[in-house]
Amino acid sequence: MRAPTLLLACLVAAALAAPALAPYPPDQLDLAHRREAPSSAHRFGTDDLGRDVLARVLYGARVSLAVGVLSAAVAGASGIAVGGVAGYAGGALDAVLMRATDAMLAVPRLPLLMIAASVLQPTVPLLVVLIGLAGWMETARVVRAELRTLRSRGFVEGARAAGAGRARLIGVHLLPNAAQAVSVSLTLAVARGVLLESALSFFGVGVQPPQASWGNMLYQAQSTLSTEPWLALAPGLFILLTTLSVNMTGDRLARGAGGR
Amino acid sequence: MLGFLARRLLQAVPLLLLISGLVFLLIHAAPGGPLAIYLSNPNVRPEDIERLRRALGLDRPLWQQYWSWLVAFAHGDWGYSFSDGRPVAIRIVERIPATLELVGVSIVTALALTVPTGVLAAVRRGGWFDRITTTGAIAGISLPAFWFGLVLQIVFAIGLHWLPSSGRTTPGWAGGSGGLADHAQHLLLPVTVLAVVQAAGWSRYLRGSMIETLAQPFVLAARARGIPGRDVILRHALRHAIGPVLAVVMVDAALLASGAVVTESVFAWPGLGSLFTEALARRDYSVLMALLMLTSTAIVLFNIVADAAHALVDPRVVEP
Repeated sequence: MRAPTLLLACLVAAALAAPALAPYPPDQLDLAHRREAPSSAHRFGTDDLGRDVLARVLYGARVSLAVGVLSAAVAGASGIAVGGVAGYAGGALDAVLMRATDAMLAVPRLPLLMIAASVLQPTVPLLVVLIGLAGWMETARVVRAELRTLRSRGFVEGARAAGAGRARLIGVHLLPNAAQAVSVSLTLAVARGVLLESALSFFGVGVQPPQASWGNMLYQAQSTLSTEPWLALAPGLFILLTTLSVNMTGDRLARGAGGR
Repeated sequence: MLGFLARRLLQAVPLLLLISGLVFLLIHAAPGGPLAIYLSNPNVRPEDIERLRRALGLDRPLWQQYWSWLVAFAHGDWGYSFSDGRPVAIRIVERIPATLELVGVSIVTALALTVPTGVLAAVRRGGWFDRITTTGAIAGISLPAFWFGLVLQIVFAIGLHWLPSSGRTTPGWAGGSGGLADHAQHLLLPVTVLAVVQAAGWSRYLRGSMIETLAQPFVLAARARGIPGRDVILRHALRHAIGPVLAVVMVDAALLASGAVVTESVFAWPGLGSLFTEALARRDYSVLMALLMLTSTAIVLFNIVADAAHALVDPRVVEP
């Protein structure tokens, strides 16, 4: 297994095994040991309420990774639906759907999500949906482009001539052949989802305390940056490791798919 | 060319209508809508709320409200800020210089990083420089900008005391001879964040575009005519390859020009991005809506400008 994939597997495993790995419960207050620098008892130190930072990073991984993966699933499913319909139907429907895609791409993603999150004050599942709905456009474009080139290929014409229905054409012949290109855009969506969740939580409109996420840990760390800088290091490092390993995996997929 | 421009501008109209509708609906989905700020205030009586609702036209059908908002917006009447009662347009205009300064310096710096990196990586494709910069670029794209900013603050402002951690000037600094140096010191960290993140993406585009260009017959022909390798790369290939990259730069510039939201708020840079996060914290929806509309409009327009520039260089683009 390649290094980025291995790293990603470790991160996911650590998140899943958080209850076993965490030295303390993530919400356990210890007011006698607030704001302690990293030590053997608290390897990443403690925060302003005496909570163990390592435990919170591990539990935060569950939230951050889940939001990343699930929002990419929402983005992928809606992107495949929009791009699939546009690419298969063509004509006026295609034009309307692609203009809507352009419109969504012209709205800056993070500010739009910040407003939406501030208005709706979402729970984690709703956050997943919001981030997913802000990220379907790239996949839709990829799927549409793939379908339009595939549609006129011989094997599709052949299947159609042999009497394959619309659902069979799309499900059996068209989408599986677009899978590689789609998987690249999905990995990018996972990395983007992790970054967006952390940015939203960093601005206080994402995952709400006391539940830990890497972004809201950084939000809390920012106010005590000059006295307890270590609080800002671990959560950010984990965000970087996650997005880096996901993006490198995506880069490898893209080159495998004939990208450059 | 004029027809091409007219067509693109016409296409932009429904696009902007669609965006404005989206933004409008979003704000109105807020509990209490634009009056949310008053609903939570115990000093405002229910009958006052009702009066305000009628005065602001919030009792009318949604499409009528949208229409009057749109007409007002198009006339530059962007309403008043909930937080300090001043016109939104004035609050936005006074923030523009700071943002232009930060973004202008960042874009120039990012381009200065992008061009040599992208060209050298493409020319020596697969070599050690290419491999290092490729990994570096992926790292740059993966970097959470706000955390990068915090780390720079920890190292250079809090740890080493070399640079100020935030703001645009030192408070109480009344200009003077050291003013420019003070300014530059404040710029250095936020510019680093923006330039590194942008250059990471742009250098990948330029590398790809250069690799494609270097394989084209006209490059081979230039080499065959005996033009020195450096001139072939810089005068012939780069001039051709940079076009698509500049289109990407234009669109990113439009996004940044309307506020590098994350970087500006981490470094308390008093530009449009900070205005956005301040408005967000106070649920100042009229400011948020205006900023989002301006950004989207800028992105749509810069896209058209980028297409037009591309069409000037390459007339094939104009064909519908």
